[in-house]
Amino acid sequence: MTLSRRFTPYLYVAPLIGLLAFVFGYSILRMLEFSFKMVRGIDGPWIGLRNYELVLGQALFWESVGHNLLLLLAIPVMVVIALLISLLLYERLRGWKLVRTLVFVPYILAIPIVAVVMKQMFQFSGPVNEALRWLSLDFMALDWIGSGDVALWTVMLLIIWRESALGIILFLSRLLSLDEALVEAARLDGAKWWQRAWYVLIPQMRGVIEFYVVISVITMLSAVFAYIYIMGGGRGGPGTSTMVVELYIYNALVRTSLPGIAAAVSVMLFAVSLVLIWLLFALRRRAEDERA
Amino acid sequence: MRAGDAIKQLILIVACVLALVPTIFMLLTALKSQDDFAANKIGLPQVVVLDHFRAVLFDSPFLLWMLNSAILVAGAVALSTVVACLAAYAIARMQFAGRDLIFTLSTSLMAVPPVVLIVPLFVLYTRLGLISTFGGAIVIYAGLITPFSVYLLTTFFRTIPQEMFDAARIDGASDFRILRHVVLPLSLPALLTLVVVNALFVWNDLLIAVIFLQDDAKRTLMAGISVFQGRYNNQIPLTMAGMVVASAPMLILYISFQRYFIRGLMAGAVK
Repeated sequence: MTLSRRFTPYLYVAPLIGLLAFVFGYSILRMLEFSFKMVRGIDGPWIGLRNYELVLGQALFWESVGHNLLLLLAIPVMVVIALLISLLLYERLRGWKLVRTLVFVPYILAIPIVAVVMKQMFQFSGPVNEALRWLSLDFMALDWIGSGDVALWTVMLLIIWRESALGIILFLSRLLSLDEALVEAARLDGAKWWQRAWYVLIPQMRGVIEFYVVISVITMLSAVFAYIYIMGGGRGGPGTSTMVVELYIYNALVRTSLPGIAAAVSVMLFAVSLVLIWLLFALRRRAEDERA
Repeated sequence: MRAGDAIKQLILIVACVLALVPTIFMLLTALKSQDDFAANKIGLPQVVVLDHFRAVLFDSPFLLWMLNSAILVAGAVALSTVVACLAAYAIARMQFAGRDLIFTLSTSLMAVPPVVLIVPLFVLYTRLGLISTFGGAIVIYAGLITPFSVYLLTTFFRTIPQEMFDAARIDGASDFRILRHVVLPLSLPALLTLVVVNALFVWNDLLIAVIFLQDDAKRTLMAGISVFQGRYNNQIPLTMAGMVVASAPMLILYISFQRYFIRGLMAGAVK
């Protein structure tokens, strides 16, 4: 009886451990191993750091990294948009629940779907340019998709459009959990809206803002595949102008069948995300303390 | 004060319009004929044309792709929910060595980007002949969503009052009976939230789908879309009709179950 009681908990967690050990544990260990091997098919000879040397010596790899880093510029814009909209929603003006439902829509729609739609909207002779010309803003009617100088910025616009919705969701749920007494006190003291926002609300949102920034950094560095795959026509195009690290891994793995190379890049990306995950948890612990 | 409110309302309306522009464009364009669209990119359709929808539904594999996606969602969400319920019950309600370690490790896996896991799984699946099988993809999806499931359910199970457990225990109920007949019925809202967040993740994923389901017959909706848009690159109204059909299930679910979606998004935003 006591023996079986002692083992019962492990029976309950065993499926979890099995599943995670396969999908995460196996993958991470084998990825490390592969990165030091010249893998052909299922395995291959040990070649030390050759995969890493090859990757780090390739201009396309650095160009991809550069594009991922450039996407980080979207984050401040997303934070500002999300703050503005969530703070306005928090005012609970007439119809705010409907507005909330509508501004969450970008996050409900799948990335490939919106990417296809945006790609058509931003064609050179598409509706966006048509509207700009109609407004006599011809100089702004760029070749959004087809020009290598502009394409990545267009992708960034799409990312901002969609990922800001996540920020609004996060910030609003934090705001709705706040103690309203402070805001009421400020209101009674005659504080204006922006004063209440700046001096009372935003300081209390510090934790969630930091959390959102780190989540977004993880997204920009390692979760933009769906945007790029559709907007860049599956190749990071035009040319290599929207090539990113994820697509580099995909190409090495699926298109050129070089799992060793793909693994080496994965290991480096994983190392970066470990640092970010650690940061995320440190921040979350602080945010929870703040909330308590 | 009134003027201030008007400006705030105005900003919110602009935000709503921006959030909806792609959806509106997609709907309006899908209803235009090819010639109508060429002459009139922004306005309302001159004549409402439904042919594109017929072409999408009957002359292209959209319905098959949707069915494939639905199979994956059902399989992965069911597997993950069962695994996570068992584990979360033990973590929330039992004492055992390694409990906190398992929970911390599992939770930290939530933020691991899927792309770093694919290389060894692809190599392994290729050797085992699991590429383009639903079973193989379901295990990967279930693995990816389970850390979040465990996190959400554990935090929820911890809020259930201890007396409920004590009462059931005195009646002689086993752990499994308590989980099934006490914990799960009380957790229905949390479970629904979980299903919503996880289903959205699997339904919307492209990365795993294009790598692990390459066979035409096994293609998911999202992978199908990328093929579809490439094939009908010049027939924009037809492409948009495809996008309307592809986004319809989630939009309809969102409108009908707003409460669970909004709660789910707010809880699941950590993912």
